[in-house]
Amino acid sequence: MEKKHGGIGLMIYAIAYLTFLYVPVLFLPLFSFNDSLFVAFPLKGFTTKWYAQMFEDEAMHRAFWNTLRVGFAAALASTALALPAAKALTLNRMRGGNVLIGFANIPLFVPEIVLGISLLILMTAAKVPLSLISVTVGHTLFCIPFALAVLMSRFEGFDRSLEEASLDLGESGWMTFWRVTFPIVFPGVVASLLLTFLVSFDDFMVAFFLCGTDTTLPVFIWGELRFPFKLPGVLALGAAILIGSCILVAFAEWVRRLGTTGSGPASFGHA
Amino acid sequence: MNPRGVAAHNPLLQRGAILLNVVGGRPGGSGVAAIDVRREPKPGLWQGLFRSESARGYALTTPMLAVLFLTLAAPIALLVLYSFWTQMGLYLDQTPTLANYERALGAANYRTLFLRSLGISSLVTLITVGIAYPIAYFVAFRVRRGKFLWLIALTVPFWTSYLLRVFAWKVILGYNGVINSGLMQLGLISKPLEFLLYNPTAVIVTLAHAYAAFAILPIYVSLEKIDRSLLEAAADLGDGPFRRFMRITLPLSLPGVIGAALVIFVPTTGDYVTPALVGGPSGTMIANIIQVQFGRVNNWPLGAALAIASMTAVALAAIFAIQALRIAVARVR
Repeated sequence: MEKKHGGIGLMIYAIAYLTFLYVPVLFLPLFSFNDSLFVAFPLKGFTTKWYAQMFEDEAMHRAFWNTLRVGFAAALASTALALPAAKALTLNRMRGGNVLIGFANIPLFVPEIVLGISLLILMTAAKVPLSLISVTVGHTLFCIPFALAVLMSRFEGFDRSLEEASLDLGESGWMTFWRVTFPIVFPGVVASLLLTFLVSFDDFMVAFFLCGTDTTLPVFIWGELRFPFKLPGVLALGAAILIGSCILVAFAEWVRRLGTTGSGPASFGHA
Repeated sequence: MNPRGVAAHNPLLQRGAILLNVVGGRPGGSGVAAIDVRREPKPGLWQGLFRSESARGYALTTPMLAVLFLTLAAPIALLVLYSFWTQMGLYLDQTPTLANYERALGAANYRTLFLRSLGISSLVTLITVGIAYPIAYFVAFRVRRGKFLWLIALTVPFWTSYLLRVFAWKVILGYNGVINSGLMQLGLISKPLEFLLYNPTAVIVTLAHAYAAFAILPIYVSLEKIDRSLLEAAADLGDGPFRRFMRITLPLSLPGVIGAALVIFVPTTGDYVTPALVGGPSGTMIANIIQVQFGRVNNWPLGAALAIASMTAVALAAIFAIQALRIAVARVR
């Protein structure tokens, strides 16, 4: 048994770190209820008018629906593409599998602005008008590494004898996938859909270059930041988004681990 | 230190693979069926084509790879192509030229931006990895119960809106922001501090916070995989905690550290949002000037050359830093 050197010190450090991670962000919800145009102490009093204002904003509604549509499409596309790939890369002994994983992870390592401008050039060259469709294409691209990581973590330790048993009992490969493989990895699929949806929902940079006049929510927020008097509204919207995404992430992580014993997170960033 | 590696080390999978080879069935196919003479495998085109396990694996990855080629490789190739062209008002002169690169690398203002971007992101990488390591260590080695909750708590910010996290810092550091108004309220200062926002320090603080969650996971995963019996062996052989850390834990967690450093260093060098929101004129970075070329100035070829040049610089800097780190750690050992 190891001795617990510095256990208390590390614990204090960990709590300080969590404070650093969370407190700056918590100012958004705090000031979203403050009855003042300025984000400054002292707090002036409690109000929900910024939220009420936000719900009446037509442009915001349009941006919100645009973001939802792009998010659903990108989540479905990236998860559908990554699912067979994750299975093959985890379970099949493939030559060059590591190279393929590295290649699929490139979007994580390329600055988003480079993804944005290069896709902009592609769309221009292919004469595709900038719209929600071009945004969806861009989001699908950089959701792939996330979907792949989540799904591969689910395929780890997958017992192939189950598939073999099904094939031996006469099921076709396709039916084996749907009746054996898919149910086992289903929690991973749900987690992948939720998390890629969030990645798409939160993206500003790629949408900024590719959305044309069809604004998504982060691009809408970016535009609002120019007007000081709209700041409280942005705070309310931001607080709502943050809380919504926290709930979604916690739920996704919980689902991803259903029925597994491993406690490791999906690992990103090492090709 | 990638998921594939984990798969290869999974005893279950390894045993399965050996078993299949012994039975002599097609790898990945049903080894039992090869023995079971009653059921003849139907020879179909599908099975013929995808007999080998590798080939079937490639078939399953093909759709994803095709999309990646189309939306990643092709656009970057186009970007490279553009960087050799010339913008002539509204039309593009497609005669290849190096003029954009001469301008991107020669002009003093661009050089300043390159150096500043690399400097800022190097500092951000050092700070972020440095402060994340103890946390990853804490969760991997010290937390016994509630590991899951710790991991969730550390993962959640990773998935929340980057734009909003940066925006929070603008609100905090502003002239009439949270810090200034808070300190004035407490009577500690009489007028707002002006040095908080719109400078490189604000960019560094904001980036270090925004990327904090990116550093923990890779380091944690590599620490978690360390065989604990190695640590016990070192202790039994008389290494103190510090020497044990330096000679076993740190070198074995190096892949995670390098992964974390890369996933912070590369994107932060090309970060646009943070310098635009909190950087001010003295905190402007290379991405801001690239965006201007694709926006207001409308000189896409120059923007492309700036992007390619900065990515090359980042790649070279990263390779150099990784080699230096490897040598340093080897020496400590």
